[in-house]
Amino acid sequence: MSLLEIRDLHATVDGKPILKGVDLVIEPGKVHAVMGPNGSGKSTLSYVLAGREGYEVTSGEVMFDGVDLLALDADERARAGLFLAFQYPVEIPGVATTTFLKAALNAIRSERGESPLDAMQFLKFIREKASNLKVTDDMLRRALNVGFSGGEKKRNEVLQMAVLEPKLAILDETDSGLDIDALKIVADGVNMLRAADRGMLVITHYQRLLDYIVPDYVHILADGRIIKSGDKGLALELEEKGYASFVGAEAA
Amino acid sequence: MTRTEPFAQEFDALAAQLPGAGTAWLDDLRRKSLDEYEAQGLPTPRTEAWKYTNLRRLARTGFVAGEAGSAAAVTAIPEGVTVLEDAYVAAFVNGRFSAALSTLGGLPKGVEVGSLADKIANDPAALEGQLGQIVDGSALPMAALNTAFMVDGLYCHVADGVVLDKPLHLVSIGHADGAALSFHPRHLIVAGAGSVATLVESHVGSGSYFSNAVSEIVVGEGAVLNHYKLQNEGLEAFHLAANQVRLKDRAVYDGFVLQVGGRLARNEVRAHLGERVECRVNGAYLGCGEQHIDNTTFIDHAAPNSSSREVFKGVLDETARGVFQGKILVRKDSQKTDGHQLNKTLLLSAGTEIDTKPELEIYADDVKCSHGATTGELEEEPLFYLRARGIDPHTARGMLVSAFIGEALDEIQAEAPREAFEAVVNGWLDKRMEGQGPSS
Repeated sequence: MSLLEIRDLHATVDGKPILKGVDLVIEPGKVHAVMGPNGSGKSTLSYVLAGREGYEVTSGEVMFDGVDLLALDADERARAGLFLAFQYPVEIPGVATTTFLKAALNAIRSERGESPLDAMQFLKFIREKASNLKVTDDMLRRALNVGFSGGEKKRNEVLQMAVLEPKLAILDETDSGLDIDALKIVADGVNMLRAADRGMLVITHYQRLLDYIVPDYVHILADGRIIKSGDKGLALELEEKGYASFVGAEAA
Repeated sequence: MTRTEPFAQEFDALAAQLPGAGTAWLDDLRRKSLDEYEAQGLPTPRTEAWKYTNLRRLARTGFVAGEAGSAAAVTAIPEGVTVLEDAYVAAFVNGRFSAALSTLGGLPKGVEVGSLADKIANDPAALEGQLGQIVDGSALPMAALNTAFMVDGLYCHVADGVVLDKPLHLVSIGHADGAALSFHPRHLIVAGAGSVATLVESHVGSGSYFSNAVSEIVVGEGAVLNHYKLQNEGLEAFHLAANQVRLKDRAVYDGFVLQVGGRLARNEVRAHLGERVECRVNGAYLGCGEQHIDNTTFIDHAAPNSSSREVFKGVLDETARGVFQGKILVRKDSQKTDGHQLNKTLLLSAGTEIDTKPELEIYADDVKCSHGATTGELEEEPLFYLRARGIDPHTARGMLVSAFIGEALDEIQAEAPREAFEAVVNGWLDKRMEGQGPSS
């Protein structure tokens, strides 16, 4: 059984059609990259899959691990094992990062039929994961993403992924706003989470990220549809020729 | 003469029984205050200061002056009221001191705590020149009414340089099991020069009662007073409180009021600042049902080089209504004043209303003053972020509301009272969030 099957997905934002028939199948253990120019619908695809309000599916279906994903609320999707690493992680004053992580982890553990971790167990668990990503105790104590640098926010996203151990991780432009050192730390964190039973959907504008997170498949999204799919070589070809040649070829 | 204003009619019959009757200065003070009340009358929305808080329902209820006898039914401080574990307790039932419910043993030398009625009876001369000196009845009709009718309340005197080792906890219990009762608690707190003290107040009760309190608080030169109040009255109660605070040079005042109770409640803080004073008047309010909760403040920068800070945050649900009126006055010679005021309200349902009125009146030219007010619903973006991590909508909303109010609670400088107030807020939130449906 495929992990994710997107069939002829159409979606609108504020009544405007953005996704116009997306088809995509992800098998467990595989990393898929979706590349596309600005306005092609990349972020819309990630929000539609995560269940954000205001992103309305008008037709098509999405099966996730055998269930109808579109019938679930955002929090139910997360508990079912879907994870979205945000392009712009939200700052939430007054909610400590650890408090947030503990609430999220225990919600997901409860869904899996596991008992919640107590404060001591949680601290031990989180410290181990955090040190790999150079997330300091100070960051964990601070309010969620408040005053974090761009790199710290993205590391925090990957930490959440490591803690919640999803079946499918969607990384929405995780490279945006990162310098090369920060990008390496984040990519290392992501690569450590590659696993035979976990799928990944890496959404990016630039090929650069794919030097570090090497995909099994690459898809080009343009004007709300996937117009070409291939292996990692497609990303290099795209880098060389630019989007215009692909989008143009499709139009012609 | 026929008295027509509500409450005033009872005066002539009661006057002879009021504490200190026959003491000339006190009789004069009561009569003068009654005149002030009658001249202004029970406030209506036509009075600017009462534009948003309507006392019509109060006038209609027909409260009778609380008798000491009705207090006897309260034999213990109700469960869950004691917000502080380790404190001296001065308890009052329907505005009257209850020795049985109080725990005042072991007070440090130089600290006098007890019943104002007793002090009036035993040592009225000590009160002359203190009681009724800093409250301006000609501008505060309800405070004037209190002065005319006051029976009892907290008398607290901390001598110069004395440190009160534990918080003093004023517990006020309203108890009306029959007719609607009114009482006019009167508190006098004098903290001597260089003294350090923490005063915590908890107001609770059941039944239909009207508490019209006045606190006169004098913080001496260089003294530190922490003053934290929990207004958690019964949901049929009317709670009006005027806190007049006189801060002498170099005094530090850390004030906080958490209002969660009452059918209609108004807490007014009026602070008069000397030189190099640090004054913090903060608060939070949580309202649901048909509650009406008013916070009114007046910060009078009467001397140079002082700072004042106000942070008031509120959460309103169902058809609750909130009012925030904050006035800062910087007088002509009060240069180098630093004043800050912020009011934020979170509205959880469409039936709620908040009226917020900041007012800055500045006559000095070298000052720093800022104010801000925001009103809004829970934002979608943080809510989605939390839900995208598997947190259910009830919990996610609770986390965000708690974080919102937490920023106000963080203003409380003393740890134990802050934690106690946090527990009250979390209890309120747990109750509110339970009732919310799963959809957003």
